[in-house]
This record gives sequence, C-alpha cells and structure tokens, in this order.
Amino acid sequence: MSTEFSVIGTRPIRHDGADKVTGRALYGADIQLAGLLHGVVVRSPHAHARILRIDTSKAAAHPAVKAVVTADDFPDTPDRIVDLGEGDTPLSYIRGNVLAKGKTLYRGHAVAAVAATSLHAAEEAAALIEVDYEVLPCTLTAPDAMKPGAPILHEDLRTSELGKTVEGASNVSQHFRHVLGDSEKGFAEADVIVEREFNTATVHQGYIEPHNATALWNNDGRVLVWCSTQGAFVVRDVTACVLDMPVSNVRVTPMEIGGGFGGKIPVYLEPVAALLSKKSGRPVKIVMTRADVFEGSGPTPGSFMRVKIGAKKDGQITAAQAYLAFEAGAYPGAMVGPAGMTVFAAYNIANVTIDGYDVVVNKPSTAAYRAPGAPNAAFATESVVDEVAEKLGIDPIDLRLKNAAKEGTRRADGPKFRKIGCVEVLEAMKNHPHYSAPLEGPNRGRGVAIGFWFNVGLQSSCTIAVTADGTVNLVEGSTDIGGTRTSIAMQAAEVLGIPVADVHPVVEDTDTAGYTAVTGGSRTTFATGMAAHDAAQAVVAKMKERAAKLWEVEASAVTVSRGVFSSNGHSMTFRELAGKLAETGGPVVASATVNPRGAGGSFAGAIVDVEVDPETGKTTILRFTSVQDAGRAIHPAYVEGQMQGGSVQGIGWALNEEYWMSPDGVMKNSSLLDYRMPTALDLPMIDTVIVEVPNPAHPFGVRGVGEANIVPPTPAIANAIHRAVGVRMQRLPMNPPAVMQAIWDQKG
Amino acid sequence: MPAKIHVQTHINGEPAEFLCEPRQSLLECLRDIVGLTGTKEGCNDGNCGACTVMMDGRIVTSCLVLGAECEGSSITTIEGIAKGSAMHPLQQAFLENAALQCGVCTPGFIVAAKALLDQEPNPSEDRIRLWLANNLCRCTGYDKIIRAVEQAAEKMQEAKA
Repeated sequence: MSTEFSVIGTRPIRHDGADKVTGRALYGADIQLAGLLHGVVVRSPHAHARILRIDTSKAAAHPAVKAVVTADDFPDTPDRIVDLGEGDTPLSYIRGNVLAKGKTLYRGHAVAAVAATSLHAAEEAAALIEVDYEVLPCTLTAPDAMKPGAPILHEDLRTSELGKTVEGASNVSQHFRHVLGDSEKGFAEADVIVEREFNTATVHQGYIEPHNATALWNNDGRVLVWCSTQGAFVVRDVTACVLDMPVSNVRVTPMEIGGGFGGKIPVYLEPVAALLSKKSGRPVKIVMTRADVFEGSGPTPGSFMRVKIGAKKDGQITAAQAYLAFEAGAYPGAMVGPAGMTVFAAYNIANVTIDGYDVVVNKPSTAAYRAPGAPNAAFATESVVDEVAEKLGIDPIDLRLKNAAKEGTRRADGPKFRKIGCVEVLEAMKNHPHYSAPLEGPNRGRGVAIGFWFNVGLQSSCTIAVTADGTVNLVEGSTDIGGTRTSIAMQAAEVLGIPVADVHPVVEDTDTAGYTAVTGGSRTTFATGMAAHDAAQAVVAKMKERAAKLWEVEASAVTVSRGVFSSNGHSMTFRELAGKLAETGGPVVASATVNPRGAGGSFAGAIVDVEVDPETGKTTILRFTSVQDAGRAIHPAYVEGQMQGGSVQGIGWALNEEYWMSPDGVMKNSSLLDYRMPTALDLPMIDTVIVEVPNPAHPFGVRGVGEANIVPPTPAIANAIHRAVGVRMQRLPMNPPAVMQAIWDQKG
Repeated sequence: MPAKIHVQTHINGEPAEFLCEPRQSLLECLRDIVGLTGTKEGCNDGNCGACTVMMDGRIVTSCLVLGAECEGSSITTIEGIAKGSAMHPLQQAFLENAALQCGVCTPGFIVAAKALLDQEPNPSEDRIRLWLANNLCRCTGYDKIIRAVEQAAEKMQEAKA
C-alpha cells in the first residue's frame, strides 16, 4: 500500500465487532417490546389457484388471537403505477405479493396472517384459517410459460415487444433487444462459430437470518417498524405506499441484518405486521420460517439461454448473439435487463445482438442476488468463449485478453466504458502462480472465466458531528451487512486526519438519517463513502475557520495535513482544535449528500482446479483463486471477504444449489438440509488477488466490490470439469447426477 | 395441571430458573424467556448451526432441544464465552481476521469452535473444517473463519506455554 494514505488500505477492527462476537448485537428478530404479539402468515399450498373463500372465524375465536388479516384489510385504493426504486410497477402487484388477492401465483404466496400472544398459539390459529382454492394449471419455466396456450398468471399483463404493447394476455412482460453492428456480417467473417443452449435453476441467496419484521401502529397514527432490510427507506416507502399513507407517517429502524445479497430489498412482512398491529393495538413481530424463506421470499431467476460466438483463427471475436429468457417468478421483473447489459460486457465485439425476455412463472417473485442476472449470462458466454478458445487452440486467458473490453469500448446496450480493469484482471490471472502451477492426476482440470458487474451510485447522506475530545460521530442510513460502517468511517477518518477508531459510525432510522438508498448494487462504500468524504471535507473547512479565529488569520491562510492545522507558525491537532469549539462559535456539524454517477464497473476473474469422481460425478474444488478490480481497496480484508463469499456462493450455484420443483410447482427441498449450500468441509481456502484500477469518479478511486465476484465461478467450474473429464456442462447445477449423466452420454 | 414447566439450570455459570411450555425449544427459552438473544435462529430444524450452545459440555443445536429437557443441566451460550470484559481469544481472532460479515452465524461458530479447542488445542485445518461443517456461513466462504480458529488455537497454546 502506498504511503499516500494513513487509514485507507489498513485493516482495522470493525466498530460493531465487539457486539457481534459477544451476542450483544441486536438483529431484527431480537427485538422485544411490551405487549408484543407474534404473527404467523398463512401461505398457499398451490402454485396457481383461485381463492374462492377465506374463513377466518375459527382462528379469530382462538382465545390467544388478537387479530387476523387478509388482502381485504388493505386500503381500498384503486390500482395505479408506482415507482419504488424498481421501475414502474402496478401497486396491485406490490400489494398482491404481500397478501394475495383473488389468486395465488406460487406455492408459499401469503394469503392471510394471524397475531396471537405467543408464537405457538399463532401457529395453532393459522391452521384454523380455512381457504378454499380452485387449483389452476401452473407453468414453471420461461420456455413453457412463453408457449401459446400456457396457463396465464395475470389476465392484465401485456407484452412490451421492443417497446410496443401487444394485445392479448401473455406471460411475457417484456422483450428487449440490443444491437451493435451487424451480427450476420460478423458471423460470416468468422472461422469458428460455437452456439450452445444453457439452463440454470432457480437458486436462493441463502442468508442465514430469516426475514423478520416488527411493527407498531401507534395511537398517534404513525407506523413504527423494526426489521432486517438492505434499505430502511425502501421499507418505509413501500409500506407507506401499500398502506396508502404519506411516507413520513412510517418510521423504519433498520436492525442488524443477517445477510441479504439482494434478497432483503423486497418488502414482505412489514405491511402485514402493521395491519395486524392496527387491528390489535399492540406491536406485532413476524419471523419467517426457513421454508417460508425459500417458498415465500425472492430467489434469483432460473433461465434458458442460447449464446453464439464467432471468431477468426487469430482469436478475434467477430460477432456474438444471445437469447435470454429469464423467469421473473410471479410478477414481472426478472433480472434479464442486467443480464443483457453484462452478457458480453467483458469483450470488445463489433457485432452483437442480444434478445431478452422477462417471463412470469408460478414461482416466488424473484429478487436480486449479487450481480443479478450476470452469473446466469456469464455461465453461457464464458462457456462458449472457452470452447472457441479450445477449437482455435488458443490459451483461454489469451483469447480473452485479445478481445477484452477497455476504456472507450461500447457495450451493446449503449454505454461506453470509462476507465475499467478488465485487462488488468486478466493479466493478474495470467501472472498468478496458480495459473502456471502443474495440475497432475487423472480427472483433474483447471478452468478460468471472467465476469462484470456495472455497480450503481444512487442517493446517500452522511452527517458528521465533532466531539470536544477530538472524536466524531458519523450518522448514516446504509445498513451494514459486511463492515461498511468501517469502510465508510475510514474514508471520513482519512479526510479528517484522525484514527478510524475516533470515528463513531451509527446506522440510523428513517426519521434520523438523510435519505439513503439500499445497501446493494455494490454502492455503499462507493456512494455513502463519498458522502462521508464530502461531509468530512466540510468539517475540515469549518475547523479551519475556527483555527483562523483563534490565530486571528484568514481561514484561507490555514493549511491542514493529516489532521494538523497550521498557519504562520501556529499549529494544532484536530483533537486540540476540537476542544476549543465552544469558545470559537459552538459545535461543528456538517452533512453531505450525493447521487453520484460513474460507479465504475468491476471485473472479476476466477481460476479453479477441480477433480471429478468418474464413478459418482461428484466434483471437488481443489484450488480456487478469485481476482477482482476494487478500484481502491479501502479495507482490504473486507474486500477479500466479499471476493471469498461471492466465490463460494458461485461454487454452490455451480455444483449443488437449485429449487427442486415437482411438476405441480412444489419446492421439494425447502430446508437447509436438502437445499445444500457449501459447508466449510466442501471447500479449500479461497485465494484472492485485489487489482486496483482507480475509479476516476470517486475521490479515493473506489469501485464497488460486492457483486462481480459471483459471476465467474460457475463457468470457470464448468470449464474445469470439461478439462477434467471431457464433458461440456450446459445446465446448472452441475451436481453428481448431472455430471454422471453427461459422462455416460459422452461414452454413448 | 399448570400450562408451564419449571426448569432449573445453570446458564453461563449462574443458577437460572425459567417457566416454559412443554413445546418450547431451548432456543426459544433462551431468547424469549431468559432474554439471551445472542443465540440465533437460522432454520429451526438443526441444519444451520446458528443456535449452537454448549449443554453439559457438548455442543447442541438449541432448536432441537426442548427447554424442559434442560432440568439440572449446565448451558453455555455466546454471552458466556468472554470472561467479564476480556474477550475470549476466539472472539479476538474473529475480529482481527475479519471472520464475520453479517455476523448472524458468528455466535454459533464461536461456541462450536470453543468446544473444539477445549478438547483439541491444536486441530488441523481439515479437522476444523470437519468440526465446523455443522455451521453454515453464507457471507465469508469460511476462509477467514478457519484462519481465525487456527490463530486463536495458536494464541491459546502460547498463553499456556
């Protein structure tokens, strides 16, 4: 690390660390309030059904029950289009996913809820709620749901076909196309063309903490919410919208959050808890069971993809084409948009055509999951790129380097890249000892792949107040999922020239913190960090004025370096000056807000060695190296942690994880035993290489690092399996039965 | 017949009594009755390890133990791992090695790892991985957790020497 910085690039212990290793940190489910009731949600046992009748009378008669609600308890406001950060959406869809009205669209869809004096009493009462269903045929995959005659989920849904609305109900909410150059001409110039089809299963983010929400509809009419969320302001806005009240009427307190990965952006329980509280006059807590989390929250889409790439003998890619059909789940909004933006983003290709389809199916409404859409797309592209390299006899990293996107490369979806680190990531992979290490033994193979995530900016706020002892309090609104209190505080400390331990960061509720968008899109260290940087600069400017007052000079004559203010022979530390605020005009407090552009996309790469057991098809990860461009690693240990975590989620996605659905749309593996995520025993250490190509749009050069790392693992593992046993896997997960089948098919 | 059962135990070295329903798990008793919310619920069916506590010297997933079964037993939870204001070497090592991100699995990992180091002061990496395979972490990829346990073991050995 350069000596340019005194705080950035170090590895301090996180401010919330002591609480989190001693059990004192309070997560959403830990909240206890006087008179607290426990809520249980009744969910649809059918993937697609008409609700004929809901009889809550027996549940309401249970002696411990204080309230029962259904969708009829929502305010009777007409449907309208709202934008709550996810684009224009009918209010009826948002409400409908919270509590179903008329039809249930997936197994696990909430239909009613009950609040009682104990959890077990609420469970008893929930079982007394009678729902009569007319079971309807269901459709579970994008290709099936797109067929003429497929069961229709939404009678009012019309396809937006390349921007034009098509008459007639359909399960396809959108078909978009990105075109660059002339693909036909590009393929005609190619010496080698590879075209393959890919399928990926629905997978879940798998955070260990289930969704939870506690709400109190207070006697003054305000709704108070405590929950685990990636975005307290999103919960506020959605809850207010669903309940038809001004946003200022809802106060959301973000508790500590036990993982999210994108899955804790949507709102499920908060409005239900609020309605139960309104009816009962008491606070109500609802915590999902693990099966509820799988069946009733938002996994990430399954997908069907076709990718075609053509290249010349020298490795120059001349054309690329992608067909992407993604399962949105019950409501429109599959992550096919970002899939279309990332599918060929790593390459400079003159002729590209990308078609994307957003398709509703009878599965839970999908949510973001770490670089949403990009891992699916990269599984297809990076597998085909590997096959092209193999056919041309070119090293797979060299082929990628030859075609790598650079500053100025235009993506097919429009934007031109600013400064990016695609080439630097590839070079770091090529130069890493792992890539040149011998890999001996039968059934072993090494694979590589790269991936891209564009990252986002969005709104953030930060307030810094100076304390008389020379420390500062920092108020922010970004939920801290993985150490961002510290990565934000470090940026303030760097500007202020004080130790990071002297910055006390707190994540506050929506009445206290300025508006701040979700902890998502790899934006928090970038954007809220930028707000902290700007607020700290404003503090420094005010402190200069105080020093000037003391020394009777112009503020412009005061210089500051690493927390020492000087002028004309005078000198004071930040701490000394902080002790003189009362006598120089009173407290120093400064705020800053940002809505930055130029989030600066991040590229990541993976090198993986596997061994495949030819008797069982089981793949073992022998060695794994993750490489990622962080722009500037504020806290390198937390950057490594993001890379390791994302890599292992990618390994799980590649080898094991899937929603195993029966033909009638019932998830058969909705427990953490049967939905098998990687354990410590399944893995080697995950080596990391942090590449730093500074982002010119951030004062310290930060690029978000939360997401791109999950993109390369699935194709890297597929490519490694190919080198180990000669089969090309085109379906996720590549579990033992799938690999075994591929080996048998190959043998004939 | 009363609806609740009177249970006498020791929790984190102190005598503790509570009233619970026969159907309430130890996890529920700790969190909702005794008020020790450091022990977390991740799945409520024994598969994630977030609710790991020590019961009479062995680790259990407290969601699979009934409160009523704890009569006369001795329970150690995450709240009992530090000695007063001094953190256990495992807690310190988890912080120094950035072995937690969201932190919700951390109490279970620390209790489980302490049980390992109490009986095997110098475990191999493979042994640590096997022992901790009962505890799911979704954030870290386990790398830094394994290193933290290795470092804590070393420090505890040094302290003894």
